[in-house]
Amino acid sequence: MSASLPLAVSLPLLGALATTLAPRRARTLGLIAALASSAVVAWLVVAVWTQGALRVDLGGWSAPLGIGLEAGGANTLLLAMTALVALAISVHAGDYFRDRIQLGHFWPLWLLLWAALNALLLAADLFNIYVGLELLGLAGAALAALGGSRAALSASLRYLLVGLLGSMTYLLGVALIYTAYGQLDLGLLATQLTAGAAEATALALLTLGLAFKAALFPLHFWLPPTHANAPAPVSAALSALVGKVAAWLILLLWLGPFATVTAPAGATLLGLLGACGVVWGSWRALRAERLKLLAAHSTVAQIGYLFIFVPLLQGLAPGSERTTLIGALLLMALTHGFAKAAFFLAAGQVQQHAGHDRISDLGGTAQRLPATTFTLGLAGVALIGLPPSGSFIGKWLLLEAAIAQGQWWWIAPLLAGTLLAAAYVFRVLARAFNLEPTPQRFVNQGRAELPGLVLAVIAVVGLGLAAGGLWGLLEAVEVER
Amino acid sequence: MIPLQALYGSAGVVLFVLGLWSFLVHAPLLRKLIAINIMGSGVFHLLIAIAERGTEPPDPVPHALVLTGIVVAVSATALALVFSRRLEDAGGPPEDEC
Repeated sequence: MSASLPLAVSLPLLGALATTLAPRRARTLGLIAALASSAVVAWLVVAVWTQGALRVDLGGWSAPLGIGLEAGGANTLLLAMTALVALAISVHAGDYFRDRIQLGHFWPLWLLLWAALNALLLAADLFNIYVGLELLGLAGAALAALGGSRAALSASLRYLLVGLLGSMTYLLGVALIYTAYGQLDLGLLATQLTAGAAEATALALLTLGLAFKAALFPLHFWLPPTHANAPAPVSAALSALVGKVAAWLILLLWLGPFATVTAPAGATLLGLLGACGVVWGSWRALRAERLKLLAAHSTVAQIGYLFIFVPLLQGLAPGSERTTLIGALLLMALTHGFAKAAFFLAAGQVQQHAGHDRISDLGGTAQRLPATTFTLGLAGVALIGLPPSGSFIGKWLLLEAAIAQGQWWWIAPLLAGTLLAAAYVFRVLARAFNLEPTPQRFVNQGRAELPGLVLAVIAVVGLGLAAGGLWGLLEAVEVER
Repeated sequence: MIPLQALYGSAGVVLFVLGLWSFLVHAPLLRKLIAINIMGSGVFHLLIAIAERGTEPPDPVPHALVLTGIVVAVSATALALVFSRRLEDAGGPPEDEC
């Protein structure tokens, strides 16, 4: 059973090797590698399901000298999401890349990226994470440049440089931790780390390095051009998986081994940056003129949501409340992974059929590509967080925890992000169904239109969120009687 | 022994900060690449300083980390140079960065 952990990393790696050696058969070999990698992940999920957390010490060398791989509950779920999304992208790519040479370049890099993702999710060691991050950055930048246009090359170069800056910062943090503790295994560090200046500096450096990769506001500047200019299957992988894994690693460090080092102020700062990302990303998505740029900006927002969980989870004692909140966080991450990949694949389809992805000229897409438009709509439902999508439950539990802990101010970015997401998704759908151009003004006749709008807002927001007041009044009257 | 080790380590930190400064201040790509490599050298310095254990043989783990780091830095630099060559062939970076 435990063989599935190293296999989950080595199978895509072997696939990358095979597709490099035989570029003519890249498509067949790549698909076989993709299927085998997914099957191994399925095996791993079953193993964790039946036996609980798994850990493998590679080569029989145990920590602190050896390197371990670990599959717990949360990272197994992310691994499963990665495998499903990656399988979908693999199938899609066979149809997307018509050019044989491009396909020959895509497969090795794509399988390398997949191996890096699996290695990062299973890593139980700070340095292993560094190696995984570098592999991820190199493969990701090369994939993003596959289109070959000047814009794509320039964006990929910037992505690579920002990624390098991030990994050097991360590596300095690793060096500090090794100086203080003489080991890098996450499990051992969890039992030994104590609060102190060196530990806090190391955590700050590790977080900063990973934040570059996760595109946490305000370090997201490189993401929109990179994701918008890459080929659609690559954008799907970068947006749905690559940023998500980096964000997950920050959360893993903050909530796991470094929990004793974290302070409420630091957690609030992360939450605040996440909230800024939610509002700014959603706003830019609403203003975007191209479909893929819209999706890229929306990724900045969706990654922001994950960081709003940090101030609520920091300092929370293990228990059902914490488990529920971590579950909600995972639900948001998984839903966004599936939805954003679906959105990008559909956007790529639209772009290939129409020859462009300008939102203002999408008219008639619903008639020409009904299934693709339906995909955009369905993914949009998940991006907004409408029921019954996973992000609805995630946002709901986040809202509940924010109120229960008295940190109600986190509700503001949550609501703003949701409303803006609804606006940008409906903007795309309205165009796709060939409606008239977007109106210039929101309100045309204030006195005639605003009363109705206020009533509708009361029906949805007022009664939905402030329902408690109703019982308050009712009870007061009942008591008087 | 200890002051020398501290000197070597702090020189590494100074290199890292100098590299970071250069990366942020200078626009030309080649300077940015060199800056990144200097940042990397700074971290490697620090790791080598950590490995020192007085009369005992040095700790092998930081050495292994440095070796891995060098391999990664070389590959990343090579990829960045290929990108810049391609970009130059295509006519330089585009005017409007979206």
